Amino acid sequence: MDGDPREGRVVVVGASLAGLRAAESLREQGFTGSLTVVGDEPHPPYDRPPLSKQVLLGQAAADSTGLPMRRNPDAEWRLGVPATGLDPLRKRVLLADGEWLAYDRLLIATGTRARPWPDREEAALDGVFTLRTCGDAGRLAERLAAGPRRVLVIGGGFTGSEIASACRERGLEVTVTERGPAPLVGALGGTLSKLAAGVQRAHGVDLRCGVTVTALRGDGRGRFVGADLSDGGRVDAEVCVVALGAVRNVEWLADAGLAAGPRGVACDAGCRAFDMYGIVTDDVFVAGDVSRFPHPLFEYQLLSLEHWGNAVAQAEVAAHNMISPGPLRRPHLSLPAFWSSQFGLNIKSVGVPTFSDQIVLAQGSLEERRLAVVYGYRGRVTAAVTVNMAKSLEYYQQLIETAAPFPPGPGAADRPLAAELTLPSDVPDPKRLSHGPTVALTGHLPDRRLTLVRHA
Amino acid sequence: MTADTLLERITDHACRADPYPLYAELREAGPVVRQADGSHLVGTYHEINALLHDPRVSADPRYGLAGDPELVEGERLPFLVLDDPAHHRLRTLAMRPFGPPHTPGRVDAMRGRIAELTGELAGGLGDRAEFDLVDDFAYPLPVTVICRLLGVPREDEPLFRRWSDVIVASADVQPGEEAAERARTGRRARMEMGRYLVDLAEQRRGRPGDDLLSAFVNEPDPALRLTREELAETAVLLLIAGHETTVNLITNGVLTLLRHPDQLDRLREDPGLLPGAVEELLRFEPPVQLRRRVPLADVEVAGSVVPKGEPLVLVIASGNRDPRRFRDPDRFDPARADNQHLGFGGGVHLCYGAPLARIEALAALGALIPRLGEVTLVEDPPPYRRNAMLRGPRHLPLRARQPA
Repeated sequence: MDGDPREGRVVVVGASLAGLRAAESLREQGFTGSLTVVGDEPHPPYDRPPLSKQVLLGQAAADSTGLPMRRNPDAEWRLGVPATGLDPLRKRVLLADGEWLAYDRLLIATGTRARPWPDREEAALDGVFTLRTCGDAGRLAERLAAGPRRVLVIGGGFTGSEIASACRERGLEVTVTERGPAPLVGALGGTLSKLAAGVQRAHGVDLRCGVTVTALRGDGRGRFVGADLSDGGRVDAEVCVVALGAVRNVEWLADAGLAAGPRGVACDAGCRAFDMYGIVTDDVFVAGDVSRFPHPLFEYQLLSLEHWGNAVAQAEVAAHNMISPGPLRRPHLSLPAFWSSQFGLNIKSVGVPTFSDQIVLAQGSLEERRLAVVYGYRGRVTAAVTVNMAKSLEYYQQLIETAAPFPPGPGAADRPLAAELTLPSDVPDPKRLSHGPTVALTGHLPDRRLTLVRHA
Repeated sequence: MTADTLLERITDHACRADPYPLYAELREAGPVVRQADGSHLVGTYHEINALLHDPRVSADPRYGLAGDPELVEGERLPFLVLDDPAHHRLRTLAMRPFGPPHTPGRVDAMRGRIAELTGELAGGLGDRAEFDLVDDFAYPLPVTVICRLLGVPREDEPLFRRWSDVIVASADVQPGEEAAERARTGRRARMEMGRYLVDLAEQRRGRPGDDLLSAFVNEPDPALRLTREELAETAVLLLIAGHETTVNLITNGVLTLLRHPDQLDRLREDPGLLPGAVEELLRFEPPVQLRRRVPLADVEVAGSVVPKGEPLVLVIASGNRDPRRFRDPDRFDPARADNQHLGFGGGVHLCYGAPLARIEALAALGALIPRLGEVTLVEDPPPYRRNAMLRGPRHLPLRARQPA
């Protein structure tokens, strides 16, 4: 680009966490040009983690999770109008209202949406929900507050499990169906998923694993009344939450010639988007859930993450690089990390648990539901998950960052006997999961190196 | 002089007023500096932080090769110097009546009372021509707060102050021959103070007040009850930790502000900067300067190995001034961004009284700042306590600019 990169026109498509943080960072780092932020929802940027927790518990209103602004990004906000196209040659974004927005540099931060129930008619039944937006959360919270006799949650990933937890905390009967062998298996692997299954059952969840929902049933007047299962069973419920993972919002880029697909928009370590030939662009950047980016700690495989922290970190790097000349650009190298709270458990993860072939219980114990599990791949520590033991995570983060040998050495004061015992990590093939895994490595799973993961 | 006597020089009372040049020397000398007495000093931020989070690094002095022979296996210790899982259990039980998730509003609910107290204490300074900030303000405030919180009669202060002084001295890192004797008297004081606190708690059995001792003895779930010995150790720890540190935080704060009149003016004009100023004080002049640890395995620290069992001294006040972590670290800047200091430690032992300490320091400085423009230091540096670990002025005499 000619001229001062801190001037000119920047368009950010996506008005959620990544879009907002990028806009703030642009200003913080001295961008003085015009800044437009486009968002398909009518609301100013808001935070999503509370939507499946405090909001469903009735502790917070759905419209109360607005993101605090670290500074006024002094942007023109185009809210309630989605972007529908991109013309990278003429450098402009098409909005649904027909307007073209010209840019010198573009940031794609369109995130994901909830994967809908595949049958449109069944999905339209009254009582069937997905949970992604604050509108979704508000409607679902209202329905839960009315005290339905039973709630069916389809999919035992993080969102599904958190919804089930909120239901139980409200005293509601809840059934969870999971196509895989146990809840959270896609994100945490086999061992911890068994713990999750045990905890859910102990909290009174009617957990059905290894089954799928084949049909949602209505009462003939458009109200959801139950579902048929692949094992011939049937669940009678008044509310159904479809928690089958997320779909990346890339359709608007269909004709843009970018490397945009079901797993997101591929970019280089500096958040610059690749075109469909794998050639890096220099004026189109990507950040947040919609991106997939190479990470050196995970063999430069492209990671797709749906993590709050990644959205923040990547947005800051993207913003920095958008207004910095080449040699001053930075790579996005932050270690993936996420957390969840459900059924009284505080689950935290660093690294990529699915990038593993072995695990070891390094601290604590399953019985006490307070533990640290370390994941290794080919003799190197690649991830760690703690349950009710978050203060231990930083140590393992350091082991991951320094490619420390797996299993970690002895000496922890509260190291259980099991720390001598490594187990297979039992990371499932994403095809076996009814919901998207929280982390997806694009290309192949490390312990199935010859299997190409293709998407339906 | 060489780096292998740094610990002796740090603990030398002559250096107490300004140990920071020694800390700079320590950071210069390497990430791990072995001392003549066999201990290892670590003074750089990232290495200290990693060791505070390392599950192979024990807080339990009994693991040390040169450990105190009188610290026998069966002896009860406060959770401050225990490892998980014993530490976790006791800390969790101690936390139950104090903070979230079981008692989320306790600390917050004390704001009003703390504001009243700071107002009264500041008012009590009146128009006096000269006063001692420690005796007249910085000490009475946290003592009154922790007494109220625990359910200890404020009038007993002279009694537990004596014990507290001995215990704190015994926990210091002073090397030397009197160490064993100090440990013995410290242990005796801990027992006596523990007995006193357990007796107080017993008086509340079945007749609970709104205080921690009441909550401990009236815990309905037998699985969540502290034994008599555990209660004694825990109550002693809470009473001591609840005031010995905050006194220094407030006193160091006032001293620092008087030494930086430009920053004092800035805070007077913009009280919104106060929370940041408290964090900066915790970085710049942390009340807890050193922590002792023992590795349970050979632990590598930036290329050096600290062998299993050899004593480690984490100089957290030095880490707080590490130029590799903090830009311009010797500058006091209330508006400093990215200020993740080590003032409250880190890892599993991260100070759980931190929210209370922050409220007290905020209220104290908030109440004092309007007057600090009118006072001067009688002596700079002021006289310091002997303790190298819990560092702070013993007195901070202040004089009104225009005598009343």
